[in-house]
Amino acid sequence: MNRDDMNRDVTNADDTNHDDEKDGVTTRTIRVENVTRVEGEGGLDIRLRSGALDDVKLNIFESPRFFEAMLRGRPLEETPDITARICGICPVAYQMSSVHALERALGVDPGEEIRRLRRLLYCAEWIESHALHVHLLHAPDFLGYPGSLEMSRDLPEEVTRGLQIRKAGNALLDLIGGRAVHPINVAVGGFYKPPRRESLGRLVPDLEAGLRLAIDATRWVAGFDFPDFEQAYDTVCLVHPDEYPMCEGRIEASDGLSITSDEFESVFVERQVEHSTAMQSIRSDTGATYLLGPLARINGCRDRLMPVARRLADEVGLQTPCHNPYQMIVARSLEIVHAYEESLQIIAGYREPQPSRVAYRPHAAAGSAVTEAPRGMLYHRYRIDEGGAICEANIIPPTSQNQSQIERDLRSFLPGILEMDDDELAKRCESLVRCYDPCISCSTHFLQVRIDRGA
Amino acid sequence: MESRPTLAVFKFASCDGCQLTLLSLEDDLLALASRLHVAHFLEATSRIEPGPYDIALVEGSVSAPRDLERIRQIRRDSRYLITIGACATAGGIQALRNWADSEEYLRAVYARPEYIETLAKSTAIADHVTVDFELRGCPIDKRQLLDVIGSLLAGRRPRIPNHEVCLDCKRNGTVCVMVAHGTPCLGPVTHSGCDALCPAHDRGCYGCFGPSSQPNLVSLSDQLRRDGMPPREIVQAFRGINAYSPEFRGEGDRIEAESGRSGEADGSGEAER
Repeated sequence: MNRDDMNRDVTNADDTNHDDEKDGVTTRTIRVENVTRVEGEGGLDIRLRSGALDDVKLNIFESPRFFEAMLRGRPLEETPDITARICGICPVAYQMSSVHALERALGVDPGEEIRRLRRLLYCAEWIESHALHVHLLHAPDFLGYPGSLEMSRDLPEEVTRGLQIRKAGNALLDLIGGRAVHPINVAVGGFYKPPRRESLGRLVPDLEAGLRLAIDATRWVAGFDFPDFEQAYDTVCLVHPDEYPMCEGRIEASDGLSITSDEFESVFVERQVEHSTAMQSIRSDTGATYLLGPLARINGCRDRLMPVARRLADEVGLQTPCHNPYQMIVARSLEIVHAYEESLQIIAGYREPQPSRVAYRPHAAAGSAVTEAPRGMLYHRYRIDEGGAICEANIIPPTSQNQSQIERDLRSFLPGILEMDDDELAKRCESLVRCYDPCISCSTHFLQVRIDRGA
Repeated sequence: MESRPTLAVFKFASCDGCQLTLLSLEDDLLALASRLHVAHFLEATSRIEPGPYDIALVEGSVSAPRDLERIRQIRRDSRYLITIGACATAGGIQALRNWADSEEYLRAVYARPEYIETLAKSTAIADHVTVDFELRGCPIDKRQLLDVIGSLLAGRRPRIPNHEVCLDCKRNGTVCVMVAHGTPCLGPVTHSGCDALCPAHDRGCYGCFGPSSQPNLVSLSDQLRRDGMPPREIVQAFRGINAYSPEFRGEGDRIEAESGRSGEADGSGEAER
C-alpha cells in the first residue's frame, strides 16, 4: 500500500519539514499540513529528538462553530434541524441522538413503528457514510492511488460499484428524510410525514441489488493487504440484547464496563488540548483511551449481525476481537451489508406509524442519549426549561473520543518506520489516521457547556 | 499537457455537506470528472496541485483569523470563484454568534478559551472577496450544482431560478401549510431550490436557501404576527440557517428593535434566558 503518486512538494507544506541541531540534539519535524480524504480539515505534526519519537499531534484547526452555545434559547423542536448542521456526512446521527435525548427528558415513548422507521433511516445513513469512506476515501490507500477519481481510470468497475452501493442508501435517505444531507423529516416525537408503504416498496429492487454489490465489495476489501499492526484496544459501543447496536442499549466496554447514558459523563471525560479545537476523551476510571466505531461494534456484537453479514464475516475470515486498525475497512463493509439486510427486513414489515408524531407537553426537564453514529457512539444531553426552550446542551461526537486513540496508535506505529524518508513516513501516518474515518467537521467545536451567569 | 479546465474545492467553517454533494453526484460524478481536471479537493484526493484554477468552489464561512488571508489567496488563484451553501453565502448557522458576546460563547464551550482562535463574527465569502456566483442552500441542491458547473464549462452565466419556495408549492399542488393549518412558514420569502420540501412534509419552510430575490419580509412578519406568533419567535425564525443574510438579518433586527421599544419581548435568538 501507500504507493501514492501524490506530490507533497507542491502545497502540502514539505517546506516546513526540517532538521535542527542544538546542543547536540537533532530535532526532525515532519508536518502534514492537511490530512486528505477525511471529512473536514486537520493536520499532523510529528517531532523526533535524536532519532527517537518525541511528540505526535493530530491537529484539528477547523474553526469552532459553538453549537452548544447557539442552541441555548432555541425551542426544543428546532434541535434536530440545528444539530444536523454539525455534520453533512452523518446528520441523521445528530438528529437521532437529539430526539432520543429530548424524548427521554420529556418522558415520550414514540412506539414500535416509529422506532423501526428511525432504524431504517439510520441504516440508510450507515450505508451512505460507510460507502463514502470505504470506496471513495479509504480503498485508494490499499491500492496505491491518491484518490478514487484517479483509481477509476484503472478500476472503473470497482469505483462504479462503490458509487452504486452509496446511491441506494442515498435514495432511501431521500425518501424517508426528504433529502440525504440535512433531512427535514425528523421530529421530536416521530416524523413530520412518514413515507408510504408503496414508496418504500418501490426501492426494494435497488436495495436488493445494493446488497449483492455490498457483499461482493466486502469480499474485495477483505482481500486487501493489511499491515501487520495491532493495538490493545479498549473498545466501547452500545449493546442491545436482541439487535445490532444503533439507538438503544447499554454502553459496554471490552473490559467489562456497563453503564447507561446518564452515567456517560462520569466515566468518559473530555480534556482540551492546545493543538485542537476538538476535545479529547479518556476514561476517568482507567485513565485510558478507548476505541469507537465499526470495529468496536463488530468486536462486541458480531453475533447480532443480520444472517448474511454474519456468514460473510465468517467467510472472509475476520478474527474477532480484532485489534488491527487497518481491518476497520472490513468491519465497515460488513456493516454496509448488515444495513442493507436490515433495511429490507424493516421495509417488508413496515406499517405507517399512527400517529406519525407523538404529542408531548414541554416542561422543565433533562435527558441524555447515546446512539451509534457511523463513526461510533454519539452522546447528547439537554436541559430544557418550562417553556420548552433549550437551556443547556452537551454534545460529544465519536471522532473527538477517538482522537486520543488515534494519537496513541501513531505513537506505537512510528518507532517501526522512523528509517523512512519524510514523505513516506507522512504517508504511512496519514493512512493510519484514515482507518478511523475521522470526521473533523464533527469533532471540532464541542465541549461541555459551562454557563457562567455571574452573580 | 492537461487541457481540461481545472476545478478546486476549498473548505472554511462548515459541515462538509455541500462539498459532499459533489461526491454524491453518483452517475454524473465520473462523467463530470472526465470533463474537468480536479486539481485541489482535499476530501477526495491526496494529489494537491497549486493554482491557478479555472473554477473554485468554496464551502464554509470566514470564521477564524487564518481564513482572511486564505480566501484572498484563493481569489487570486481562481478565474471563477463560486460559493456553495448557506455558510459561504450568508455566514451559516454559526453566524448566530454574531448577535452574541463571542468571548462568552468561547468560555461556554471551551474550558481553555485561550487555545482557540476565532473571529467575533462568522461572515459570507462575498464580504471579503469578489464572488462570481453564489449557489444557495443548506445543503445546496445537486441539480443546481450541476447546472452551475455545466454553465461555466459552456461559457455562460449560470441561470438559477430565484423565485420563492411559495411558487414551487403552488406548482407542485402542495396545500399551503400556513393557510390551511396556521403553521408558520418562510416559504413566501425563501429562495427556490429544495422543491418546497418542508411544506410537502406537512411542516413550515425554515429558510435553508436564504432570501429570494425580492422578498416581501414585512408582509410575512405582519402575517405571522396576525397568526399569533410572538415577536420573539418571529425574530428567531429569521435568525436560523441564513441568519446573517442582509435581508433576514435586517428584518429580524427590525422586529427586535420594534418589540424592544414597545417592551413586548427581548427577541434575541440566543440571549441567555
